Amino acid sequence: MRDFVLKRVVAVIIPFISLYGFYVILHGAISPGGSFAGGIIVALSVIAFATIFGLDRAKEKLPEKILVWTDSYGTLWYVLMGLVGIVKGVPFLSNRLAGINLGVPGTLSAGGLIALIGIGVGIRVASTMITLFFTMMEEEK
Amino acid sequence: MKIRNLIFLLIILLAIFTMLIAVAELPPYGSPDNPVHNMVTERYINKALEETGVNNIVTAIVLDYRAYDTLFETIVLFTAAIAVYVTLKKAKGSEGGE
Repeated sequence: MRDFVLKRVVAVIIPFISLYGFYVILHGAISPGGSFAGGIIVALSVIAFATIFGLDRAKEKLPEKILVWTDSYGTLWYVLMGLVGIVKGVPFLSNRLAGINLGVPGTLSAGGLIALIGIGVGIRVASTMITLFFTMMEEEK
Repeated sequence: MKIRNLIFLLIILLAIFTMLIAVAELPPYGSPDNPVHNMVTERYINKALEETGVNNIVTAIVLDYRAYDTLFETIVLFTAAIAVYVTLKKAKGSEGGE
């Protein structure tokens, strides 16, 4: 895949795909989509980059160190958000019960912990997909 | 050998018969009186905005009402990634010689 046109078009499109992924993750509370779909879109931008420009350049942009880090801490972040409830003396993963300000419905602040949890899930899904793809592509070489 | 196969066939037919009876007892598909349409659905639809502050009811269910489920879903993803990483990743020193 060394086609010039393909490379230029992808180079222009990829930032927008990535941005759209983060948009879907962050707006999971107020629009269709959510952290799972958004995470996949973010992963897709990286996968497209790796397919067109080669695995080595993709690994330059997204080093394995970062992938290991997000792989490990995405779920941990989720659990930490759940521990907020325990610290406040209510059940694990409670949101309104923990006395968290739910914000204004229809804006980005809506949902209290939901938005924060969503970011964790989005990172988790994206890094899983990218790890799977990178590892399998490496095997093929 | 023949008799043994015949007994197996009988057992299988009995099992199929039992399952078919169970299926026949199921409520009709899509009927409003089904046990599926209970207060849980109503509560999600009527109170999701008030209780979670989120417009998107799917997000409210996935990340608030059923947060435990999503937590373990992420753990499943984590396990999948780790499993593939461990099985397919080449060790650093083992390039070239298999």
